[in-house]
Amino acid sequence: MSNAPSSSGVPQSVPALLARNVAQFGSKPAYREKEYGIWQTWSWAEVSEEIDAIANGLLALGVDRGDHVAVIGRNRPALYWSMVAAQKVGAVPVPLYQDAVAEEMAYVLEHCFARFVIAGDQEQVDKVLEVQERVPQIEHIIYLDPRGMRKYDHTKLHALSDVKAEGRVAHERFEKELAARQAELDYDSTCVMLYTSGTTGKPKGVVLSNRNIIETSKASSEFDRLDPHDEVLAYLPMAWVGDFIFSIGQAYWTGFCVNCPESAETMMTDLREIGPTYFFAPPRVFENLLTSVMIRMEDASPMKRAMFHKAMAHAKKVGPKLLDGEPVSAADKLRYQIDNLLIIGPLKNTLGMSRVRVGYTAGEAIGPEIFDFYRALGINLKQLYGQTEASVFITQQKDNEVRPDTVGTPTPGVELRIADNGEVFYRSPGTFVEYYKNPEGTASTKDAEGWVATGDAGFIEPDTGHLRIIDRAKDVGKMASGALFAPKYVENKLKFFPNILEAVVFGNERDMCTAFINIDLTAVGNWAERNNIAYASYQELAGHPQVLDMIQSHVEEVNRSVAEDEMLSGCQVHRFLILHKELDADDGELTRTRKVRRRIIEEKFHDLIDALYGGKSEQYTETEVTYEDGRKGKITATLKIRDAATVPVTSVKSPEDQVAAE
Amino acid sequence: MNQMTAPAAPQDGYVTEDGRTIGGVVMEMRNITLRFGGVVAIKDISFDIREGEIRAIIGPNGAGKSSMLNVISGFYHPQEGEVWYKGEKRPPMRPYQVARQGIARTFQNIALFEGMTVLDNVMTGRLNHMTASILDQAFWWGKAQKEETANRQKAEEIIDFLEIQNIRKTPVGRLPYGLKKRVELARALAAEPKILLLDEPMAGMNVEEKEDMSRFVLDVNDEFGTTIVLIEHDMGVVMDLSDRVVVMDYGRKIGDGTPDEVRSNQEVIDAYLGVSHD
Repeated sequence: MSNAPSSSGVPQSVPALLARNVAQFGSKPAYREKEYGIWQTWSWAEVSEEIDAIANGLLALGVDRGDHVAVIGRNRPALYWSMVAAQKVGAVPVPLYQDAVAEEMAYVLEHCFARFVIAGDQEQVDKVLEVQERVPQIEHIIYLDPRGMRKYDHTKLHALSDVKAEGRVAHERFEKELAARQAELDYDSTCVMLYTSGTTGKPKGVVLSNRNIIETSKASSEFDRLDPHDEVLAYLPMAWVGDFIFSIGQAYWTGFCVNCPESAETMMTDLREIGPTYFFAPPRVFENLLTSVMIRMEDASPMKRAMFHKAMAHAKKVGPKLLDGEPVSAADKLRYQIDNLLIIGPLKNTLGMSRVRVGYTAGEAIGPEIFDFYRALGINLKQLYGQTEASVFITQQKDNEVRPDTVGTPTPGVELRIADNGEVFYRSPGTFVEYYKNPEGTASTKDAEGWVATGDAGFIEPDTGHLRIIDRAKDVGKMASGALFAPKYVENKLKFFPNILEAVVFGNERDMCTAFINIDLTAVGNWAERNNIAYASYQELAGHPQVLDMIQSHVEEVNRSVAEDEMLSGCQVHRFLILHKELDADDGELTRTRKVRRRIIEEKFHDLIDALYGGKSEQYTETEVTYEDGRKGKITATLKIRDAATVPVTSVKSPEDQVAAE
Repeated sequence: MNQMTAPAAPQDGYVTEDGRTIGGVVMEMRNITLRFGGVVAIKDISFDIREGEIRAIIGPNGAGKSSMLNVISGFYHPQEGEVWYKGEKRPPMRPYQVARQGIARTFQNIALFEGMTVLDNVMTGRLNHMTASILDQAFWWGKAQKEETANRQKAEEIIDFLEIQNIRKTPVGRLPYGLKKRVELARALAAEPKILLLDEPMAGMNVEEKEDMSRFVLDVNDEFGTTIVLIEHDMGVVMDLSDRVVVMDYGRKIGDGTPDEVRSNQEVIDAYLGVSHD
């Protein structure tokens, strides 16, 4: 499939798609950004002019074919344009995570040998300058927001506005060169290079070609019938493949409008003002939204609260059915419509989701309660399964086949295969070209026939063809008793409680499972306030006996539910503790996309794990933490360890029988 | 009285170590004495303020710092002495007249309109830049329309500058203390002042908030070239931020100079460590 000749007539590069969009809907809005309190709009024609100016400016600075241009910053139109401008001059854009510390940034800049950096603001420029000695090849740093930059030495620094002005002046000089470079781009030339955050080891540079991006965008846009009138809000990290596909791939393919928020803090207001029709968010965002709604309802007047709960109870019965087009009695429908007018509609409006036609969540499992809540509101929330190496899409759910426990059927053009050990393999036009400067890594991930190992264990449901993911293949283990150990399965169940932000379950090759818990400061803090519990810090709240009691009841509830699944009933949590700090990407405990790094946590908190298995009732510990500015400090705490009630397991099936049965 | 003489900076201004240009004297206090009945709040104090500099006034509680600021802002009228502004002797003025001359301030105890939104509070800072009549403004007609748009733009630029976009429409009364302080700074900046008077801008803040505020003060000075006079108790902040420091104690000036000079001044050390006064 990946070797198939390009379909005729399809523009062969992102800049070529841009030219097509200018011709097809030149005056239609392409990008919006809220600045100075007003939504500023650029049409496709204006965007093309801006991109040309940046591209000419880059030529004037001496960007060569094949150069890597690093782009660092929050979602802003000018940074998206810079990426396309880099493509236009034959260079490769490399978006970086803006919250990465200087050290992480240095690794990527060094690895891709970036000669040019386009940074959003002073903060990003400072980080690049800080690691300058490690990356002496950087010739020019271009910045977008000139604030605070006046005193800097400008021999290597340029304001993007100056680069654009230079490009506009020089456009006749470079006209031929630019056209020639753009003409050289084809389906096989590199479109973008994205570094995967990687749950283990150093990040890897995933090279994606124009074919990968355009074919995937085409297939997925057609799957959900996206059209030029759709609106998206670009608020997820630009370095993440999903944002590249949504805000550049699909946006250029279908011609819809990309909206950039004013700042990270105004995201919710901006969401409400734009009312996107196509919306993506990781489960965490949906969880946080739901938590904040619930907190506000707790504080609402009794009458409002009663109305809300009544309406939600009915909506949970009827809403999903209506979405799936299943028959619903006229009375139920009428009541849903009245509720919609009084409660559900306004709630959706508050959430900024009144107009969502297609909503997706991915990256982690989403709690069934959370999923059902949004579906009950009539929001077409679906799940997809993907990864950077696949240009996102591997499987996604069709409109009327949405379930919380599967990730859907293969996206058109994707082939799936389940290996004997349960690992999921795929092959698609979106399959990445290679890991940059890492042939061994490429070879161990992608075989000669183009099959890519996802690293996830799962199975395809025989009757529906839906893919179900159990856990990371390498995390699935066995307990001392031989029972299957799938930590993620239990962690997800724990995390579905609003009070639990993060959980890490241990138990591989042990005789019982234990867990670290992170409480959700917003939810538990609100609970503490209502119950007159005073606390000064996260640590203090986390150690409060009543909080421990509450979490214990959650753990016991999870144990009851885990016990029902015969294959995984051995994974009940016998002992747990509440961590004294929030797991943080800055301390290396989470990836930048906020996935738990199991090995690192095991090493870092080995004393706590020993205490969990050693039968102690409390343990003193010291932990090093990294502050946002990179300084390090130490926190100490004595943590209480609790035993949780478990349900006795009658018969534990060995995983072999079960997986084979699937 | 062991009064230090002003530092030997050249009369026509100089360039600081971090590359900022400090101009000539923009304001001069000459032998100011301020009494409230029998109490002498300020005793024969003279100092100058240069264009573009950050000038701190420090001293123990009750030293007369805020009174000094109130003299500059025209709220108090000294019984003796003269205020020279832009090379001219300033006649006794009401605070609003002083504001029109380009001097804005923030208050030690926040003085915002609690029921109004952040944006509206910032807009009030634009009052001196509005010339349309009350009638025009009431009916939002003619000149008032154009003016409001222009003023709103300026207000939005300041909101962007101080990174308070997310609370733009929030009533000030609902904001935490640290943010109120920032809104107050925003309102003062909206007046586009030549001289900005900050009365304890960092009082009651935690370390992080102080760092933020310090950065904003430096940025204001750097981006807009605003001359800043600030009163502050946090010595670390004062020594880091300011170009020159006036030290007051019991209404007298006991020190004047760069942070380093002031730090090594014995009388200043005594005042802060509490040596008995005769």
